[in-house]
Amino acid sequence: MIEAWVDRGTYFMTMLLLVLGLYGIILKRNLVKKLIGLNIFQTAIFLFFIQGSTKFGATVPVVDSRLGTGAMNYVNPLPHALILTAIVVSVAITGVALALLITIYRRYRSLDERILLERMRQSS
Amino acid sequence: MKWFSLIILGAFLALVVYAGGDLPALGDPESPSHVHVSPSYIEGSIPETRTPNIVTAVLADYRGYDTLGETLVIVTAGLAVLLILPRGALRRIR
Amino acid sequence: MRRRYENPIVEGVSRVMVPLIQLFGLYVIAHGHYGPGGGFQGGVILAASMMLLRLSLGEEQEHRRFSPRAAAALSAVGMLVFAATGLLSLVEGKEFLNYAGLPLGELSGAEARYLGILMVEIGIGLAVWGTLVMLFDHLLGGEAK
Repeated sequence: MIEAWVDRGTYFMTMLLLVLGLYGIILKRNLVKKLIGLNIFQTAIFLFFIQGSTKFGATVPVVDSRLGTGAMNYVNPLPHALILTAIVVSVAITGVALALLITIYRRYRSLDERILLERMRQSS
Repeated sequence: MKWFSLIILGAFLALVVYAGGDLPALGDPESPSHVHVSPSYIEGSIPETRTPNIVTAVLADYRGYDTLGETLVIVTAGLAVLLILPRGALRRIR
Repeated sequence: MRRRYENPIVEGVSRVMVPLIQLFGLYVIAHGHYGPGGGFQGGVILAASMMLLRLSLGEEQEHRRFSPRAAAALSAVGMLVFAATGLLSLVEGKEFLNYAGLPLGELSGAEARYLGILMVEIGIGLAVWGTLVMLFDHLLGGEAK
């Protein structure tokens, strides 16, 4: 029972980061803080995948001539490639979200959720 | 409203931690993600592509189609920002 | 953030650091085969050197040197290099993005794939460089007054 928790302890910390990111997205009123919560959520997903790719007694996935090409000496390279793609997608999402936030601020002069909803109701 | 959201988040955390008990142990070499296709990438990297960095070989050669889609994503994001916040000649058109 | 930073130490250090940062970015792209690195990482380092120039030496002077239009064109050229490398393999009868079919003469399958990976990484580096500089220019283009 305790071995199950100790073997998977780092996975549980990743899940805590995930819930902290969700807390930021749902419960904060400022739009920039919601964007930061989204970034924390994405970082938790990256950490989860990279933890799942380790092996005991293995080294980085760069072929070393002293170790040969056996599959047990190297860490699984496939999640690393997936996470590189995901990091670039995260950068693209943050860029477009910041552009949208600038446009919203220019139009409504506020970045707070409740004030924005009131001004949108007044202007429509 | 705020307490309701906090209770839902706490229930979500409990559910995810309970489901995490089924995950394979950290560092297990026999876990299902390590035995199907990635040994063929590790062993075929030097004979087939002559690159020691297996992650680059996977990203650019074995899974090159996904990398094409991802480059398309970042160019599209640049294009979207160019249209949302114009400057220079585009600003006079808007 | 758009005017020159009127301090000789900041300007002098930026002028010295920017060529070194760009050289390191080119090194990271070219050594993606032998260690950590590759197209994305090198492209981001090259874009960081451009951002340092824009922050410390002012926008008017730097936009004459490397304008936002040049950054947009660079990102499109990088994407074109990637797609053209994939399409060249159709010449020899192999599938799209199978680098063993590149028309490189007497090189064997593994050597042709090595060079195919290098060309694709250069294309990705150019695309990421151009896109990040374009994002920076447009996000700072007109501050809300």
